[in-house]
Amino acid sequence: MAKAFQKIYTKITQITKATCSLKATNVGYDELATVDGRLAQVVKIIDDVITLQIFGGTEGIPTNAEVIFLGKAPSLKVSDQLAGRFFDALGNPIDGGSVPEGEEREIGGPSVNPVRRAQPSQLIATGIAGIDLNNTLVSGQKIPFFADPDQPFNEVMATVALRAKADKIILGAMGMTNDDYLFYKNVFSNAGALDRIISFVNTTENPPVERLLVPDMALTAAEYFAVDKNENVLVLLTDMTSYADALAIVSNRMDQIPSKDSMPGSLYSDLAKIYEKAVQFPEGGSITIIAVTTLSGGDITHAVPDNTGYITEGQLFLRTDTDIGKVIVDPFRSLSRLKQLVQGKVTREDHPQVMNAAVRLYSDAANAKTKMENGFDLTDYDKRTLDFAKEYSEHLLAIDVNLDTTEMLDTTWELFSKHFRPEEVNMRADMIEEYWKSEEKVEAEPQG
Amino acid sequence: MSTKGIVKGIIANLVIVEVDGPVSQNEIAYIVLDDTKLMAEVIKVIGKSAYVQVFESTRGLAVNAEVEFVGHMLEVVLGPGLLERNLDGLQNDLDKMDGVFLKRGQYTFPLNEEKLWQFKPLAKIGDKVSAGSWLGEVDENFQPHKIMLPFKMEGEYTVKSIAEEGEYNIYHIVAVVEDKDGNEIELNMIQRWPVKQPITFFKNKPRPYKLLETGVRIIDTLNPIVEGGTGFIPGAFGTGKTVLQHAISKQAESDIVIIAACGERANEVVEIFTEFPELEDPHTGRKLMERTIIIANTSNMPVAAREASVYTAMTIGEYYRAMGLKVLLMADSTSRWAQALREMSNRLEELPGPDGFPMDLSSIISNFYSRAGHVILNNDEAGSITFIGTVSPAGGNLKEPVTENTKKVARCFYALEQDRADKKRYPAVNPIDSYSKYLEYPEFEEYIKNQISDDWIDMINEAKLYLLRGKEIAEQINILGDDGVPVEYHVSYWKSELIDFVVLQQDAFDAIDAVTPMKRQEYILNMITDICRSDFKFDSFNKVADYFKDVINICRQMNYSEFKSDKFDDYHKQLDDLLETKAVSNNTK
Repeated sequence: MAKAFQKIYTKITQITKATCSLKATNVGYDELATVDGRLAQVVKIIDDVITLQIFGGTEGIPTNAEVIFLGKAPSLKVSDQLAGRFFDALGNPIDGGSVPEGEEREIGGPSVNPVRRAQPSQLIATGIAGIDLNNTLVSGQKIPFFADPDQPFNEVMATVALRAKADKIILGAMGMTNDDYLFYKNVFSNAGALDRIISFVNTTENPPVERLLVPDMALTAAEYFAVDKNENVLVLLTDMTSYADALAIVSNRMDQIPSKDSMPGSLYSDLAKIYEKAVQFPEGGSITIIAVTTLSGGDITHAVPDNTGYITEGQLFLRTDTDIGKVIVDPFRSLSRLKQLVQGKVTREDHPQVMNAAVRLYSDAANAKTKMENGFDLTDYDKRTLDFAKEYSEHLLAIDVNLDTTEMLDTTWELFSKHFRPEEVNMRADMIEEYWKSEEKVEAEPQG
Repeated sequence: MSTKGIVKGIIANLVIVEVDGPVSQNEIAYIVLDDTKLMAEVIKVIGKSAYVQVFESTRGLAVNAEVEFVGHMLEVVLGPGLLERNLDGLQNDLDKMDGVFLKRGQYTFPLNEEKLWQFKPLAKIGDKVSAGSWLGEVDENFQPHKIMLPFKMEGEYTVKSIAEEGEYNIYHIVAVVEDKDGNEIELNMIQRWPVKQPITFFKNKPRPYKLLETGVRIIDTLNPIVEGGTGFIPGAFGTGKTVLQHAISKQAESDIVIIAACGERANEVVEIFTEFPELEDPHTGRKLMERTIIIANTSNMPVAAREASVYTAMTIGEYYRAMGLKVLLMADSTSRWAQALREMSNRLEELPGPDGFPMDLSSIISNFYSRAGHVILNNDEAGSITFIGTVSPAGGNLKEPVTENTKKVARCFYALEQDRADKKRYPAVNPIDSYSKYLEYPEFEEYIKNQISDDWIDMINEAKLYLLRGKEIAEQINILGDDGVPVEYHVSYWKSELIDFVVLQQDAFDAIDAVTPMKRQEYILNMITDICRSDFKFDSFNKVADYFKDVINICRQMNYSEFKSDKFDDYHKQLDDLLETKAVSNNTK
C-alpha cells in the first residue's frame, strides 16, 4: 500500500463537525491522512470523493487545508521498548520519552482463528472473595465492571490488576478524568510495577473521537506480548461507555440511522471486535480484558451494557451493603461465565457447591429482609439467614477482604455450620461429610 | 463470458461496483485487492451499479479495483467428510488455514481430497433415478453417508454404470447416468448447492411426533421437543442459554449434530472444540465429535458472513436429512444474524422497520424455521432436522422483533428467566411461560402412550398446575404474610417447590445429574406426583417448610446418585420413611 510519492490536496469540498470530504484518487479504505496536521482516517469513498474522519475534530479547519494521505492504516511500532511507557490515543509518547522503535503493525488487525485458541484454564487470583469465590476469573477472559460513576471501580480494578500477577498490564483509558489517570499512575508506581505497565491515555481533555483508537492501540500492544513473547497480558479498558459515545458521535455525523439509545446499529460488532481480542493461546500467552462500563442510574438495559453483556464472559457489579457499610461485589448480579473451568478443578473440589449454596442462602436472606420490611414475622430460619448474610458480607464479599480461595471456602463452611443444619444447605452428602465444620460429623439424615 | 466490474465506492463492507454485464441478486463476486481476492455477495442492483456486501475487511481497498462475478449464488460443497469439521460461515475449513490470525482472502476446501472412503453401491444398472436418489453409500464415522444424484439435476435419469464396492476418494467417478436424450453424465461423490434455497427432494413432510430425548428434564418431561420439531430459547445474558444449548447438543438422541455459532463468543466455540472430541456420545459410546459439525462465525469474524453461516448450517443439515438421518441443528444466536441484516439494511439506507430491523425480518425468520422438519423421502425412508435457535433479546425484553417473530414460527418456547438465574435455579427455564405445542398433537399423544404411559400427559399437566398454584400462593404469602394464609397453602406451595427442586432444576456440571434418560425421568415424575397427590397434616407453617426441605434434600441426593444403585435405593427408603411420618392419605399406614 505504500506509495511512491505523496500528493498534497488543498480543496476540501465539505466539512462537518467530525468529517471533511475532498476529491482525491488512489486512496485506500481505512487509510490515514493528515488534514492541516491533524490525523484523519478514510471512512467513505464514492468515486473520487473521499470522506475523512478527523480525530481531533474539525474546529478551525479551512477549506484550503493541506491534506496528505499517508498510504497506511493506523499503526503502532511494537517492541519491548513499549514497557513502562505512556502514550496518547495516537501512539505518541506523553511521558517525555522518545518514540519507541520496533516493527510497525496495523492496529485493529484480523481475528484469531478460533481453532488456534486454547480453552482458558488458568485461575486469576485477586484475593477478593466476591470475585475469586463467586465469580472466579480465568486468563483469556473478558469481563467488565458494570458500575455507576460514583462507585470505586477504578480502585477495585487497580487492586485486581496488581494482584493478578500478569507479565504486562496495559491500560487503555478513554475519556478518563485527569485525576483518575494520575491515580492509576500513582498506584502503579507506588507498587513498583511501572516497568510492566503500558498506558494509552485519552483523557477528558483530549478530543473524544481520538478515543476510538485507544482499544485497538492497547490490544495491538497486547497481541505483541501475548503472541510474540508468550506473555500473560492483562488489558484494562476504562471506560467503554465513553468509547461507545464516541462511536455514536461519528455515526451521527455520517448520517447513519441510529439504533437503540442513539447508538449505531453496528454497536454489537464494534464492541465484539475489541472484547474478542481476549484469548488464551496454546503456547501459553494470553490476553485478559477487564473493562469498565459505566451505567446511568444502574440501567443495564441500555444499549451499551446490554450489548456488552452478550459479548463479555460475565460482568461484575459493585454495591454498597448497608448492613456492614462496605462496598461488596454483588453476588446476585455478578457472573463469571468461565468460572466452571477452574472452580473445583484448579481450586478445591467443594468450590462450586459451596458457592451455589452460599448464594442461595444469601438470596433467602434477601427474601427474609423483604418480609421484615413489610412488617411480617420472621421464622427462625429467616433470622438465621439474616445473621448468615451479614457475616458472609463482612468476612467474604467486602472488597477489602484479601484471602486465598481455600481460606474463603473454609470461612464459608464455618458460617454454614454456625447458622444452619446440614440438610438446609442443600448440598451433596459426600461434601457435607467431608467439610462440615462441627465437633462430631453430622449425618445428613432426616429427623423423625 | 462472466461479468466483470470495477469498484466505484466503499462504505465499510458495502462496496458499489460498476458492472459490464448481467448480474443476479445474491450472486457471488470476488474483488481483487493486491494479491488476494475478497469474496462478496450482490445485495442490490441499480442500473449499472451492483451493491455488494464483502465478507471480509475492506481496509486498503481503493476505487477502480477489479471485480469478477462467478455466475452463481453462495454455494456449499456437499460430500463425505463434513463430519468432525470446524468450518467458518462460508464453509472454509478453519483447521486448514495457516497462522494464528485469520488471513483475509484465504479460502480453504471443506473436504479431505485424498481420503479414501469405503464405497458400497446401492443403485443398480438400469435403475431410474432423480435428484436425491441414493446411488451408493460410504461409511462416514459410522454414519451411512449416502451418495445421491445431485440435487441440481432435474428430471429422470437411468443408471448406466456404478462403481463396485471399494475404496475411492471424493473425486472418483462412482456412477454414470444417462438423461432422456441419451447424454451420459459422470458423477463423483460431491455436489454443490446454493445455501439460500431449501433442499426439497422428498415425498412429503408430515407433522412430527417422535419425542427427541435431550436428557434435560425441564424439556423432556415438561415441554418436550420432537424429531423434526422447532424450538427457541430466548434469554437475557447470564441466564444460561449457551449452557442449555450445549447440554442439548451433547445429549440429544440424534445421528448428526450441527452447531452454528453465529456471532457469539469465540471461547464458547473453543469449549466445543476442546470438549466434544473428549466427550462420549451417551447413546453410542463413541466420541461426540465424530457426529458433529461446527460452523463458527464468532462475533469478531466478518459480519456479512454471519448471515451466511446459518444458511450454510441448514443446507448441510438438509443434505444429511436426505440420507434418512436425524439431524439436530442448533443456532446460537439468531439475534446476531438479525443484527447483521440490520447493519446491512442500514448501510443500504433502507427505511427501517421496528427497532431498525429490516421490514422483511419476519418472513426471513419464518422461511428459515420452515426448512426444519420431519420428512418422508422418495424411497419412503424418514429423516428429520430438529432446529433449536437461541434469541438474545435486547435488555432481556421479550417484546422485541426477533423474539416476537420467532415466537410465531417455533413450536417450542423455552423462556429463560432472569429471576430464576439470579436464584441459581438452573436451567433457568420458566416452567409456566414456556410451552411445547407438540403436547397438543394427537400424533404425539399416541406416541407417548405407547412409549411411556397412558397418563403421562395428564401427569405433566398436573405438575404444571401444581407449579402455577405454587406461584400464586407465593404471591399471596408475599402480600399477606406466612400466617396470613392457611397452612394447607404452605403445603401446596412446598409441593411446587418440590417439583421445582427435584424435576426442574438440574446440575449441568454434575456427571450423573446432567443427563437424565427418559426411563429415569418417568421414575422421578411418578415419585414426585405420588408425593404431590398425598395429603399432609401440619399444625404450623414453620413445620411445613422444614419437613419439605428434608424431602427435597433426599430427592436431590437421589438425583446425584446412580439410578437404582444401592445408594439410590437407600435414599429412597429414607424418603419413604420420612413420608410415612406425615402423609395422611395415599399411604398404606
